[in-house]
Amino acid sequence: MKFIYQTWWKILAVVLVFYTLIAGLLFHVPTLPILHETIRNLYFHVPMWMAMFSVFFISVVFSIMYLNTGKEEYDLASVECVNTGMMFFVLGLVTGMMWAKYTWGEYWSNDPKQNSAAIAFLLYCAYVVLRNSIDEEQKRGKISSIYNIFAFPIMVVLIMVLPRMTDSLHPGNGGNPAFGKMDLDNRMRVVLYPAFIGWALIGVWIASIRYRIRLIEHKKNTIN
Amino acid sequence: MKKLSSIILFLLIFTTVFAQQSAGVEMADTLRSSGKIYVVITTIAIVFIGIIIYLFSIDRRLKKLEK
Repeated sequence: MKFIYQTWWKILAVVLVFYTLIAGLLFHVPTLPILHETIRNLYFHVPMWMAMFSVFFISVVFSIMYLNTGKEEYDLASVECVNTGMMFFVLGLVTGMMWAKYTWGEYWSNDPKQNSAAIAFLLYCAYVVLRNSIDEEQKRGKISSIYNIFAFPIMVVLIMVLPRMTDSLHPGNGGNPAFGKMDLDNRMRVVLYPAFIGWALIGVWIASIRYRIRLIEHKKNTIN
Repeated sequence: MKKLSSIILFLLIFTTVFAQQSAGVEMADTLRSSGKIYVVITTIAIVFIGIIIYLFSIDRRLKKLEK
């Protein structure tokens, strides 16, 4: 846990995201019909999901560590990771809706990708409700950890796997490749991958701040 | 003769459609070449720097609180 008190990776995150903000608007992008300049959204919409996947995955790791050791801190870290991930979930959904309005013609066209993303969001809402409905600390920690471990793979299947098996407007579904030759050339990767790492680290940073606040609150509550 | 001319006509129609498709993708080249995109980038950069300074200050306050 010493890692979260260090500064170097926070600066790394800032530098990477700052670079993608500038390079994402200036560097060359392929000229594609319908998309036009909105293809630059790729640098800002997709990293939201990457940040979400990262913090949700870290949350699962902490849940497993909590079940192994029974230490309260791991449970708190896991919860704050989920809370941060849900913020990025909403950002990803809203930016996706914005982009869809100008390329698919509708904010919400009941596309399989959109629908299953919404279901996955409800899955994590259920996690928060479940957690807040249990008063006893150990029981709450255990039940919510187990729920979290099961929710993660279901979320991945809902967002990444199921939409690919049907026809969807979203790239990477229904036989049209995401990150294929059509919609991503190598000059875009130079910006996209740093954006993934940068935003994921920013997600971890926000989660770590929330965790530290939660830890102080927790200590205060146990002393009183 | 009529058949042949209509076939040629259709072929020509196809070429015009095709030409439109390949040259018709509009990008915001004028905005970028006239240099105004830098205004947008500066705005975004200022917003981002502001948020980051805010995050760092929260981090610092937390460090004090933890001690």
